[in-house]
Amino acid sequence: MQRFVPSLPEDQLERVAVPAPGAAGGLYRGFGETLRGLKTTFARMVEGPTTLQYPEEKVPVYPRFRGRHKLHRFEDTKLEKCVGCSLCAAACPADCIRVVATENTPENRVSAGERYAAVYEINMSRCIFCGYCEVACPFDAITMGHDFELSDHNRSDLIFTKEMLLAEPLERTPLRAEGE
Amino acid sequence: MLANAAYFEPWYVQIIKGIVIFLVGLQLVPLVLVAERKVLGRMQNRYGPNRVGPYGALQPMADIIKLLTKEQFRPRTSIGFLFTIAPIISVLTAGAAFALIPFGDTQDIFGTQVGFYGVDLSIGVLYLFAFSAIAFYGIVLGGWASGSKYSFLGAMRGAAQLISYEVSQGLSLVGVVITAGTLSMTGIVHAQAGMWFIVPQLVGFLVFMIASFAETNRTPFDLVEADGELVGGYNTEYGGGRFASYYFAEYLNVIVVSGIATTIFLGGWMLPFGIDQPGWLDPFVVLGKMSVFVFFFIWVRATLPRLRYDQLMSFGWKVLLPIATLNVLITAIIVVVTD
Repeated sequence: MQRFVPSLPEDQLERVAVPAPGAAGGLYRGFGETLRGLKTTFARMVEGPTTLQYPEEKVPVYPRFRGRHKLHRFEDTKLEKCVGCSLCAAACPADCIRVVATENTPENRVSAGERYAAVYEINMSRCIFCGYCEVACPFDAITMGHDFELSDHNRSDLIFTKEMLLAEPLERTPLRAEGE
Repeated sequence: MLANAAYFEPWYVQIIKGIVIFLVGLQLVPLVLVAERKVLGRMQNRYGPNRVGPYGALQPMADIIKLLTKEQFRPRTSIGFLFTIAPIISVLTAGAAFALIPFGDTQDIFGTQVGFYGVDLSIGVLYLFAFSAIAFYGIVLGGWASGSKYSFLGAMRGAAQLISYEVSQGLSLVGVVITAGTLSMTGIVHAQAGMWFIVPQLVGFLVFMIASFAETNRTPFDLVEADGELVGGYNTEYGGGRFASYYFAEYLNVIVVSGIATTIFLGGWMLPFGIDQPGWLDPFVVLGKMSVFVFFFIWVRATLPRLRYDQLMSFGWKVLLPIATLNVLITAIIVVVTD
């Protein structure tokens, strides 16, 4: 028995086989369909697994992937780019950034601007990785990195301090090659 | 005539044989367990367990240790004695049926005649059905004694299903018994020296295989433990070691059915094309043929969805039973005419 889909043009007619009621014919068709199903599963086995063994194999991330934040310094002077303006904290919808700014002094010059961030903390257990901090920053001092493996045993360990964010992060995530 | 079980073997050979067969059977279950999970995984384009031990080979060990160290919990509404004895019945009957599978002919070991089987009964096939009938108590008592609705529903389904399909399974073997002229397992294997019974008894073989899926409660006939509907069926309230016993019995049943199918339809320890292998290779031939059946069981589980309950019943009584009966009738007529 065949069912036709009338809305399609003649050359795209889709024929759908419907099991008709009836003992002998139904049994024969059921047997055939069972064999077809067995063939399908066997073909999947020959095909081989498509899953990735996660901790060893990782899916490469795209260049614009929003992972753990990084704070940056100037390449030449090694001064921090962050001037403690708190725009990132203001832009943050999850309210997870805390900035306490202090004046730079000639003896203790930390950043290129007038002030610097004495305290810069991001609570990673609150962060939603929206990237608004990156957009808000007028000096490109904070950017989103590629790491996403941030789990820890303690909530307090998830509050990342300025030192942790400034440190060269362990690149644990493979980056997708151009055009991949 | 009384069953002359293992009539020519000294008592110590029987004890050693019992221990060896028990150990082999015990080792086969975890192998099938891990094989099932791995093959099932491959058929779903994934790896299956591969963390515990090399290639996940120790996964069943981890599972068993986890189950055995769990608390022995019993619901307040359960019936204590029956609740405890039900899984034991399941394991006992599965193990007793395992004793029937011949892994080889009688061999001469240091001057002693040793048969590579647990027992060679003159009523072999009947013994098998007797124990699979008792095995059904394991499921029904387990479900009844749990004092839980889901377990009870699972047990009732199990009762109906096992009774329906045992008829077809029994009749599918009658054709073989008529052709071979014996009920003894080794006798049936010897009767296949010219041709395996899968050729003349193809219909019986197909009916036996389908009924075996129902008897071992495997997909597409796993209504007894339909997880989606009954939580876990008859073993819903079981945990820890008792659940492990049920699980063990289930997989041992799969092995036993594979062994019976090998013995009765695939010529037991005989190789095709008249190849005469040395006697010590017999068990490996049988195990090889059994693994083909076990693979088929897993393959079908990966393929077919569960039947609806009325489909199960109408298939068992309206399709399988008439085919099995016709098979017996036609076989009987042919045997009488050609005799």
